[in-house]
Amino acid sequence: MYPAPFRYHRPATLEDAMALLARLGDGARPLAGGQSLLPILKLRMDEPTDLVDIARIPGMRHIDGQGESIRIGALATHARIAVSEVASRFPIVQDCATGIADAQVRARGTIGGSVSTADPSCDWPTMLQVLDAEVACRGPRGERVVGIRDFFRDAYTTALEEGELVTEIRFRAPPAGSGGAYLGFKKAAPAYPAATVGVHLGLADGQVCRQARLVLGCAGPRPVQSREAEQELEGKDLNRDNLRRAAEAIISCSDPPSDSRGSAAFKRTMLHSLFMRAAEIAIRRARGETVKGGTLYV
Amino acid sequence: MSETTTGRVPVTITVNGQPCTREIEPRLLLVEFLRRELGLTGTHIGCDTSFCGACTVILDGDAVKSCTLLAVQADGSEVITVEGLEGEEGLHPLQQAFSEHHGLQCGYCTPGMLMSSLALLAENPDPGIEEIRKRLGGNVCRCTGYQNIIRAVQAAARALREE
Ligand SMILES: Cc1cc2nc3c(=O)[nH]c(=O)nc-3n(C[C@H](O)[C@H](O)[C@H](O)COP(=O)(O)OP(=O)(O)OC[C@H]3O[C@@H](n4cnc5c(N)ncnc54)[C@H](O)[C@@H]3O)c2cc1C
Ligand code: FES
Ligand code: FES
Repeated sequence: MYPAPFRYHRPATLEDAMALLARLGDGARPLAGGQSLLPILKLRMDEPTDLVDIARIPGMRHIDGQGESIRIGALATHARIAVSEVASRFPIVQDCATGIADAQVRARGTIGGSVSTADPSCDWPTMLQVLDAEVACRGPRGERVVGIRDFFRDAYTTALEEGELVTEIRFRAPPAGSGGAYLGFKKAAPAYPAATVGVHLGLADGQVCRQARLVLGCAGPRPVQSREAEQELEGKDLNRDNLRRAAEAIISCSDPPSDSRGSAAFKRTMLHSLFMRAAEIAIRRARGETVKGGTLYV
Repeated sequence: MSETTTGRVPVTITVNGQPCTREIEPRLLLVEFLRRELGLTGTHIGCDTSFCGACTVILDGDAVKSCTLLAVQADGSEVITVEGLEGEEGLHPLQQAFSEHHGLQCGYCTPGMLMSSLALLAENPDPGIEEIRKRLGGNVCRCTGYQNIIRAVQAAARALREE
């Protein structure tokens, strides 16, 4: 058997799960889709005393995409989000959900598990930062809502306190006349990406940038965002020179590790071309065109 | 099962239509449950990193990697393995098509390929090449170069549509 022994619990309600986690202390882990946790347990990189299976808890699977406030339950899977109304309304969400891993992993893995893992190569953290999302958490001391930038503290480290669970992801519908794109590059479907870029642009008169959100993934311990880079675009013409300057500004804040997915230099080059492509797709989408985005692999 | 559980726990998983109840350790993976507890060795283990897809089975309608799932997580669920494909009249159209179109050489990846293809065709009876590639992206084959696998899935789709 691959994982070390642990006790298994399957509480029926969120309240029971929180009470259990609080009682069991720091040896316990919540278990959602298991698509990050199981590989870790199999390699014995972690040996929890207890797993608290939250996957069947009711009320955390919703994907509400109608109004101005979008809400996605922590247990919504990547696969269900990919075909949801939210994804067809906001193509950047679809780019992200369809690019994660392969069909098998997408069927099990959840958005809540992805943000809770805070893996620097995971896609949701980077994409959700582009949308200024918020993370709703529930714990022994009640509910609180954490801005996504404050939620990620370091690689694999979040603002979650002991006994706290992510219950919902929220973001405001981007205004009309704006568009976003999320692009990544990986060597195969079941591989994690080597580089990812999320871009969201608000346009005035079809060419001038009102607002820019630029975030890089796999490029440091946390998603990389830079106000200076965004200001290279805001109030300016979205021509190639300005876009290139913004790309250089944000990439200069990144620190991609050299690893099996490529050298730091390769990843910087990749980030640059992904950035230019993502920006172009975001602009075209803001103008109402239908353009394909997402993660590329061979 | 809301109580604290130490040691072995009872699970019931319906595999290929047969409810199977066993007392197992919570750390037992679904693939080990199938292979060791039930003797269904058609589901293969091809890696330790959740990469290869050889272990793919259908869990409540979805193709999943049975090496990346605890058997306790599947408690109360329905699982279909490669052993569940063959019917009264012989091979399933997917198995027939893989055989006819040389969709396998060593056969190690084949159970997983078949189960991913089964999930795809249940959802879309007429998938294009691009969609087949996408849906089989989590299944690695070291022998065939994939072209014949894609042809086999297309042929099976045609056969199933004509049924
Ligand atoms: C082969 C493979 C390829 C992959 N490729 C990619 C990829 O390209 N891009 C990508 O983004 N991801 C990828 N993943 C990871 C995948 O997206 C996971 O689904 C996701 O990271 C974790 O979600 P989960 O529901 O499976 O969480 P789990 O594995 O169940 O849990 C992960 C961690 O989060 C904690 N947790 C889970 N849910 C909550 C919650 N609601 N509140 C608090 N803590 C919680 C758990 O305790 C655990 O520590 C890949 C995984 C595999 C196996
Ligand atoms: S055995 Fe390789 S993915 Fe399951
Ligand atoms: S036939 Fe040998 S791995 Fe696919």
